[in-house]
Amino acid sequence: MESLFPLGIEQYLVGGLLVGAGIAFIYLMTGIVSGVSTTFTSTWSFIFTDPASFFRRETFVASRLWRLSLVLGLVLGGLVYMIFLNDGNATVTALSPMRLFFGGILVGIGTRMAAGCPSGHGITGNAMLEKSSLVATATFLLVGILVALLTQAVLA
Amino acid sequence: MTFSKHIIIILGGAAFGLGLAYSGAAVPEVVLSFLRLEDLGLAFVIGGALLVTLLTFQLLPKVLHTPFFGGTFTRPAKLPVSKWNILGASIFGVGWGLTGLCPGTSFAAIGMGNWPVLAGIVGMFLGALFYGLLRNRGLAGIE
Repeated sequence: MESLFPLGIEQYLVGGLLVGAGIAFIYLMTGIVSGVSTTFTSTWSFIFTDPASFFRRETFVASRLWRLSLVLGLVLGGLVYMIFLNDGNATVTALSPMRLFFGGILVGIGTRMAAGCPSGHGITGNAMLEKSSLVATATFLLVGILVALLTQAVLA
Repeated sequence: MTFSKHIIIILGGAAFGLGLAYSGAAVPEVVLSFLRLEDLGLAFVIGGALLVTLLTFQLLPKVLHTPFFGGTFTRPAKLPVSKWNILGASIFGVGWGLTGLCPGTSFAAIGMGNWPVLAGIVGMFLGALFYGLLRNRGLAGIE
């Protein structure tokens, strides 16, 4: 048991409950289900003005403003952590910006093609008991684990 | 949408982001240690969040007629299980396994001062742009 959870589980569980509470609060007050990855599509609707464009679909145009507010909130939450819970220290990854950039492109393509990410499928979609969310979650978990293990084996 | 609704979403988003930061889910190295099966604690982040959202989404609409600010309890369009669903989740899985980044955690990471993650977010916007341009050509449609 101990080796599977070397850091314990408390901070993971507390953080997860807080994530759920934030999403539940937004749902209680506004009825909105907060997935994050749609932001990457809906924000392009500010630039693409051709009504026939994929980016101009009603669902993207209608939600593009609150999605930016959600993103602002996510950034603020991270900032609150840095200032008040981490003594003002930034947490900077050792991964190279180039690796993050190329991985990011795959994250952008993949989440939009699957119409969801760990928040949209993993947390909210599964909570809606959506079959496609369960399938997506199982798929990205499996592939993510394989790729992370392979990357480690290749780079080691 | 009214100003007060945006404030609600920013506040809820901040709790969401704080939870991702506090749990370590917004730290790429923590996510990668989960995916390498070295520390499975991240399952409790997803599990804890899912427990709360499951109860909320399933029970709240049965107890309340409308959300506090009026309107309706929305639910995202139902999607069929399709090859695009599975292919997309696989492509995401490759990016996730390489970087430990997903959309929500990347924005929380920026708040934590993790500036290299900006490169990942730029990549995500470009990836979504590429996918949208495919859709404009009638390709890779999910429905």
